[in-house]
Amino acid sequence: MTNLIKELGNTTQFKNIFFRMLVVIIICIVLSFLTEAFFTTNNLLNVLRQASLLFLMASGLTLVLLTAGIDLSVGANVGMSACVAAVAMTSTGSTLLGFLSGIGCGILIGVGNGLLVTFLRLPSFIATYGMLWILHGLTYYMMAGTTINGFDKSFRFIGSGYLYGIPVPIYIMSLFLIGGSIFTKYSIYGQQIYAVGANPLSARLSGVPVNRRLMLVYILSGMTAGLASLVFLARLNSAEGDIGENLTLPAIAAVLIGGTSLFGGVGTMFGTLIGALILTLVLNGMNILTIDGNYQALVTGIIIILSVFLDLIFRRKVSS
Amino acid sequence: MRDSAINLENPLLNSLKRLPGVALMLLVCIVVFSILSSDFLSIPNITNIGVQSTILLMISLPMTMVIMTEGIDMSIGALLTFCGVIAAYFLAQTQNLPLSIFMAIMVGLVVGLLNGAIIVYMKMPPFVVTLGMLGICQSLALIVTDGQTISNVGDTIGLAYNAKLLGIPLPIYFALVSYAIFHALLYHTRFGTYVFAIGGNRDSLKLAGIRVNIYHIGVYALSGIMAGVASILLTARMNSGHPTAAIGMEFDAIAAVIVGGTSFEKGNGWMFGTFLGVITVGILRNGLNLVGVQSSIQVASIGLLVLVALLLDGFKAKV
Repeated sequence: MTNLIKELGNTTQFKNIFFRMLVVIIICIVLSFLTEAFFTTNNLLNVLRQASLLFLMASGLTLVLLTAGIDLSVGANVGMSACVAAVAMTSTGSTLLGFLSGIGCGILIGVGNGLLVTFLRLPSFIATYGMLWILHGLTYYMMAGTTINGFDKSFRFIGSGYLYGIPVPIYIMSLFLIGGSIFTKYSIYGQQIYAVGANPLSARLSGVPVNRRLMLVYILSGMTAGLASLVFLARLNSAEGDIGENLTLPAIAAVLIGGTSLFGGVGTMFGTLIGALILTLVLNGMNILTIDGNYQALVTGIIIILSVFLDLIFRRKVSS
Repeated sequence: MRDSAINLENPLLNSLKRLPGVALMLLVCIVVFSILSSDFLSIPNITNIGVQSTILLMISLPMTMVIMTEGIDMSIGALLTFCGVIAAYFLAQTQNLPLSIFMAIMVGLVVGLLNGAIIVYMKMPPFVVTLGMLGICQSLALIVTDGQTISNVGDTIGLAYNAKLLGIPLPIYFALVSYAIFHALLYHTRFGTYVFAIGGNRDSLKLAGIRVNIYHIGVYALSGIMAGVASILLTARMNSGHPTAAIGMEFDAIAAVIVGGTSFEKGNGWMFGTFLGVITVGILRNGLNLVGVQSSIQVASIGLLVLVALLLDGFKAKV
């Protein structure tokens, strides 16, 4: 038994996760000392629910980062898919159709990103950044300044409902976590995605269809964004044109804090969940300490730069 | 695509070879909009396009250099906003125009240096550094203004913006001077040669004993300075400081540079192409406005413009 623990402790992946868990615990302890409002069941469940929403977006993004790419359009994708789903639901009155159109919209956007990256060979940050603004534009145009709200109760259940006292998004997040982990660790696709990110040339030479795997990750990223948009919509119970505007930076921050490398080939789904948890805890802590909401993007920006910096230092230490 | 990093071909021939892409799009835009709208080719509207393109040109010029060094500056729109807010803040507090201009440019310079230093010394990917900086600048602009508009900036700055010299609005002169400076900087100074080389072959530059890092940081510093300068025009145009004024403008700038024929590989840059690219984007926005297309769709059409430019580029590379 002790041997097993020792062995586990020696793997860098375990160390990474362990270190990040420690950060979560430290933040929790500090916040509970700072304010009484933090360590309540309500607030903790709230944090978990927020982190779940963030994780849903970030899970697909993790796959993209594993291939050394990035998807800057996830936030805008969530916004657009949510609005499409809202329009579909209110105009047809069918929850199922809303579901399908939201996810379908996300997947279509993913296909677009994938084509730009594989077919036009654009750097992923440019392709998806252009996509971000195109989606914002289309979403604003579609909504034309209006707000859609008041969705069916059965639909809102997935975002704001409770099952055995635990918010439903947490169950959805768990499903994603388990599914995503199995996909990345044990499926041939997952292994090939890691290979593409670690070294595209050697991946290609060893028979991995690089372009098809790249296509796959952008589509999956679009799909998870589409799914996240539904949970998000159900939670907010209203859709506006600017719904996805401030979601991109947190999603990227969550993935990076979670130990997924910007340079590809390194990272886990569980790490991203911890990353989402850390970011949510920080933002939640700022919130209940009544720090001005304007500071949130500042903190997120600093966290993004810092986590890439730490990743680089760690990599250099390993390689030397 | 060309293989040599530093372009030793005849510049005139080189220009002619690249001209078609962006010139074609410019021509198509002009023809289409002059058919769709009778006001399009009027003198006031043409002047209007010129004035509206000044800020975009000022940030697209350094963006060309940044992209030539295989980098990107995503923070430029947010930085422009932040600098504008700083200028408005000092104007409102002191009514001292030179001080406000100085402060705005200093803030731009500091952020630009910070971007450059992190990218160059830490060897971090430019897009993620400047993306983080985007969040930081956006946040700082909101913090300085507390989310409000700073409106008591006095009349001087607005009057200067609307002033005319020989019948041409003052901002256009600023834009032309900026272009001349950047053109000279890129093609007639050692700095410019190094900019070409950093994107093409950074290592050989280093082996030649040149302090590459300083020049590389300099490119980002220039970007910051120009954001500071352009922010004065922004504040003057709106006669106020608004915390979300130029959010997303980096997209227009990147689009103008790409449409202008500067590519992300091997230090291939073309300053005049950027100039034409800025005018194309300006005409597209203006024309769509005249035709009555919403600004939200304008953004999408600029994305389409970039796509067409890239496809044309790919097509030419094959020929």
